[in-house]
Amino acid sequence: MRKNSRLPNLQNLGIHLRILLIVNLLAAITAVLFSKQLNEFLPLLAELSALVQPVLLISMLGLYIVHPLLNKLNYWQGIVAIVLLEIIITSIFFIFINRFFSFATIPSTYRACLLVAIVTSIVLYYFYLQQRAYSPAIAEARLQALQARIRPHFLFNSINAVLSLVRSQPKRAETALEDMADLFRVLMSENRDLVPLAQELGLCRQYLALEKLRLEDRLKITWQIDDMPPDAMIPPLILQPLLENAVYHGIEPMSEGGEIIVIIYTRHKELHILISNPYAPQNTHHSGNKMALKNIKERLALHFDLEAFLKADTKNDRYQVHIRLPY
Amino acid sequence: MSTLKLLIADDEAPARNRLRDLLNDIEGIEIVGEAKNGKEAIDLAAQTKPDLMLLDIRMPLMDGIEAAQHAQKLEPKPHIIFTTAFDAYAMKAFDLNAIDYLLKPIRLERLQTAINKAHALKPLRIEALKPLLKMRSHLSIHERGRVLLVPVESIIYLRAELKYVTVRTIEREFLIEESLTHLETEFDARFIRLHRNCLVAPNFIAGYEKRNVANGEEDGLIEQHKEQSKEQQWVALLKGIPEVVAVSRRQQHLIREA
Repeated sequence: MRKNSRLPNLQNLGIHLRILLIVNLLAAITAVLFSKQLNEFLPLLAELSALVQPVLLISMLGLYIVHPLLNKLNYWQGIVAIVLLEIIITSIFFIFINRFFSFATIPSTYRACLLVAIVTSIVLYYFYLQQRAYSPAIAEARLQALQARIRPHFLFNSINAVLSLVRSQPKRAETALEDMADLFRVLMSENRDLVPLAQELGLCRQYLALEKLRLEDRLKITWQIDDMPPDAMIPPLILQPLLENAVYHGIEPMSEGGEIIVIIYTRHKELHILISNPYAPQNTHHSGNKMALKNIKERLALHFDLEAFLKADTKNDRYQVHIRLPY
Repeated sequence: MSTLKLLIADDEAPARNRLRDLLNDIEGIEIVGEAKNGKEAIDLAAQTKPDLMLLDIRMPLMDGIEAAQHAQKLEPKPHIIFTTAFDAYAMKAFDLNAIDYLLKPIRLERLQTAINKAHALKPLRIEALKPLLKMRSHLSIHERGRVLLVPVESIIYLRAELKYVTVRTIEREFLIEESLTHLETEFDARFIRLHRNCLVAPNFIAGYEKRNVANGEEDGLIEQHKEQSKEQQWVALLKGIPEVVAVSRRQQHLIREA
């Protein structure tokens, strides 16, 4: 799905926040340029805002609505369509206020359209540059660097567990090795594109089957995923490292083991994923946990900008990670 | 050559099975015990008196490093070989100090060599393990030829006597030969110093009250301070035991904070 350039996702909160900031910044700069004295600045800015904000807000709403249609066009068609849409919104707005209000300072509709076209181009150019900065090469490199790394601890312990089965239960050893092969195939592939949630869960089950081999009854897992949308798209290897953390920090240090609870549901067009494990304060070793969380946070940001969030906290002797993604 | 008595400790059953499989292929060996954690290993070793202990490093309840330390009190002192799947930090420390360890999955030949060497092994330099040791989970107490493990979380207070430190749990008292200062440093997160000679676990403090200590009907703990305190003195009441611990003047800010 790699394209050279893509239109910004106009249904993304982060994108709209940036549009808002850029346009208002431009308005502020204009106000600075045209005010001769400091005390002229604020009235001028207010006057500008009275014209800029309505157009801006209507545009953002309009773009949000037409985004699915724009997505069907190629990049240049999309750019032209956005600029045209802006000009149309502006002309309607100016014709409307020229008819019902009479301000002396209102620029003519043509000038307004020209200004709006320029501002739109600046914003689009910003997104173009931003995309260049993040993709494809750089984002790819960053994603590559962020690629989830499995703990060597897990690898060697698993091989050891499989070896213990080879003599007595060759069938189980076979299955375990197959699971390992699948797991490492995913871990070693280039994980740039989003994958269906169901696929990631399949991987998690294989991973947990291997851990179960080593930890036996100490590892208990409860899935509360009846409301899960299997087709939701998520970045690959978001869940597996979290489960690995849960096993490493929550199950292994407990001689009696414990329960990992995975809850997945959607609410308000958002996908929620909760993973929790028992928490033993005296067994906090290594900072590996923080690394994995930071890694996942960064990957979520690369894929979803401000629309995804990750929160980790400790409640009632359980450590819980909560991820929210757009669905 | 007499048979070598061997004890293995690993929290993962498959890892123990694998080790047992391998050891069965080696002549002159008898496995006298299998433990799931360090505590079990020490308890078992006290009964079975192994010549050699194979200890996994990462185990719940008590890790291999701590178990090795407690094992130094066993009679006869067993040789120790650590096993680990991957622990970069520990491996580096072992290499530096020529401590024997085996990487999992363990190869038969490596195991064989390590066991053959075990007879000639130098005694474990326990101080070399110090940097790997986090807070101990248990204190080991040598008592009438046995080694008792007292979980640190069951300790109410540690009080320095002349040469020993008294370890008080709800059930009873033990004596250990360690310095209170060392204990204070190691268990910094666990105990607070209420008095010059006494460290107390805050979760066992029931409250504080002022008592007329000069009358001296209090036993043990408080009596020693009779001379200094003819007037009323703050004491800490403890959960589960009738004794109280005097709070020295310098530590009285702890009462206000409580």
